[in-house]
Amino acid sequence: MTFWDQIDYAYPEIFLALAAMGLLILGVFIGDKGSREIGFGAVGILIIATFLTGFNGSADRVSIFDGAFAIDSYAVFAKCALYLGAIFAILLSDRFLVREKLQRFEYSILILLAVLGMSIMVSATDLIAMYLGIELQSLALYIMAAFNRDSRRSTEAGMKYFVLGALSSGLLLYGASLVYGFSGATNFAAIAEGAAAGGNNIGLIFGLVFMVSALAFKVSAAPFHMWTPDVYEGAPTPVTTFFASVPKVAGMVLFARFLVEAFPSILDQWQGVIALMAAASMAVGAYSAMQQTNIKRLMAYSSIGHMGFVLMAVAAGNNEGVSAMLIYMTIYLVMTLGTFALILSMRRPEGMSEKIEDLSGLSKSDPARAFMFTVLFFSLAGIPPLAGFFAKFFVFLAAVNAGLLWLAIFGVLMSAVSAYYYLRVIYFIWFKEPVASFEKQTGAAISVTAWSSTLFMVLGLITLIGPLRLLAEKAASVLF
Amino acid sequence: MNFAEIMFYIFATLTIGSGLMVIFSRNPVHSVLFLIFAFINTAGLFVLMGAEYLAMLLVVVYVGAVAVLFLFVVMMLDIDFAELKGGMVKIAPLGVPVAVALLVELGLVVGTWAFPKNAELARVHPYFTGAETSAVLDGPNNTEALGLILYTDYVHYFQIAGMILLVAMIGAILLTFRERKGIKKQDVAAQVGRNREDSYEILRPASGEGIKGKGA
Repeated sequence: MTFWDQIDYAYPEIFLALAAMGLLILGVFIGDKGSREIGFGAVGILIIATFLTGFNGSADRVSIFDGAFAIDSYAVFAKCALYLGAIFAILLSDRFLVREKLQRFEYSILILLAVLGMSIMVSATDLIAMYLGIELQSLALYIMAAFNRDSRRSTEAGMKYFVLGALSSGLLLYGASLVYGFSGATNFAAIAEGAAAGGNNIGLIFGLVFMVSALAFKVSAAPFHMWTPDVYEGAPTPVTTFFASVPKVAGMVLFARFLVEAFPSILDQWQGVIALMAAASMAVGAYSAMQQTNIKRLMAYSSIGHMGFVLMAVAAGNNEGVSAMLIYMTIYLVMTLGTFALILSMRRPEGMSEKIEDLSGLSKSDPARAFMFTVLFFSLAGIPPLAGFFAKFFVFLAAVNAGLLWLAIFGVLMSAVSAYYYLRVIYFIWFKEPVASFEKQTGAAISVTAWSSTLFMVLGLITLIGPLRLLAEKAASVLF
Repeated sequence: MNFAEIMFYIFATLTIGSGLMVIFSRNPVHSVLFLIFAFINTAGLFVLMGAEYLAMLLVVVYVGAVAVLFLFVVMMLDIDFAELKGGMVKIAPLGVPVAVALLVELGLVVGTWAFPKNAELARVHPYFTGAETSAVLDGPNNTEALGLILYTDYVHYFQIAGMILLVAMIGAILLTFRERKGIKKQDVAAQVGRNREDSYEILRPASGEGIKGKGA
């Protein structure tokens, strides 16, 4: 394959990079007053990039740039989810940034560049490509966390995220150098060959544990979750929306590909590590969220818990597990975007409110919004027949079939415990005396996102689960 | 002992010695200066290994930029190092066992290290020729060799690294740049567009009244 033939396969990434730079130059000329238009431009770019992925990647993998970049149905599935999630994240931010006087045109450009990094992550089949993709993504995210630079909380969030993120990058590099040293290769397929060759694998496993720790940090799985609540609370809410949804998908997809493609022969070695992390995340998510009074912190712990369930699917380490992971992440993406759209609509004339108590009596002051909140929180808790239940169902099924019965039982227990704090929010909404109501005008983007997410949760069972499952299974089959 | 070996021992001893001095010297400025010295000696070791490009990079980037930055930070920030060291004593009961455990683990890992045979390397590494482990005099030099693969086989990584630097630049500007109002700037167009009519007027003040009007 010549160089130009290879380029043909990387169109979405090349287009994203060039378009982001073009938009940046445009932004410099227009200035911050044009940041809305730049945002719409970014949405347009992401739509085009989604079409450029071709939606339906070929089941045969095309590997370019000396095996560093793979185009297969797995990567294409993830890319479509990432681009569509980022579109909603940009649209949701619009009104908030205007009202909080945070209009900077760089905002949507940073999202584009972060998405470019994630796009490289989900296609990476080489340690170097993986590291560079993660860095491109995280660097953009650090800046976004500190986006409200005049707020102490936001800068603190950015600083905390940056320092801990740099530490985890260090762990990743250290682990990668050990893996390279003991397998003699940076390419996933070649590492798998080296690991399968047998002999003493202790060095390889040592490196693998470091890399798993770093990746767990990126998807905020316990015990590497400490940064999550503070960063989610401190960052501006639209940024939190983005953090909680899109990068999680990229991180998880990379996590699964890395483990399954590079270390299939030592599955029994890493399965226990991932299973323990899954159990720890589910427990942390379930118990720590109970005392929270701030809804953004609550969502942070909720996302830690969800990552635990996803890791359970990854721990299965087979075709079924990976496809359950993809289904879970897709449903999680939709749920999170919908929930955060509602959180972004919690606004009184005096400013944004983030307290759970502020939701008291929402059923009387705004029944429609109360209904959406209820459906989405029931879905987050995994109550049938909403889509969130099916996400968990496939994960449990995969874990049981892979012989991780204890983990599945633990997961069901933790799911029941975590239902407590979701139901507590719903209790506030329906059974408490009303407090001052929120502004009625929320803007089209927020209501459309919230309504479509709610509809997806309700109707997901009869309409979308089937096709989604087929797509996910096709995507996952590439890895095996 | 040939010349290269003698030089190796000199550089190696100085590197380790100055590395120890970085930790043990009381004055933080001396620590940074020893760090610079350690970098330069390491560059010497790289030259002995035939990695002259890496050696020059080390001098330019680490000595020229990073260490000078360190020096700035150490001299500008008033950090009480005695206090920091006091904190170390407090965490030592926990820190020392962790450090020892990590050291033992590292020892175990390094103990299993086996250098791969050339045939194994060639299997997993498409560029391996067997000559990489020693400097080759008649081959392309480091810079040429890097250039040959950096823009061809590694163009993907090279471009992503460029994007990362772009993001870093956007971040630095976004988080620190503040447009200040009311500062005096040169406006070349206004200067050139200035004409005679706007610039002066002729007044004829009456005796004893002084100047009134525009020019006053």
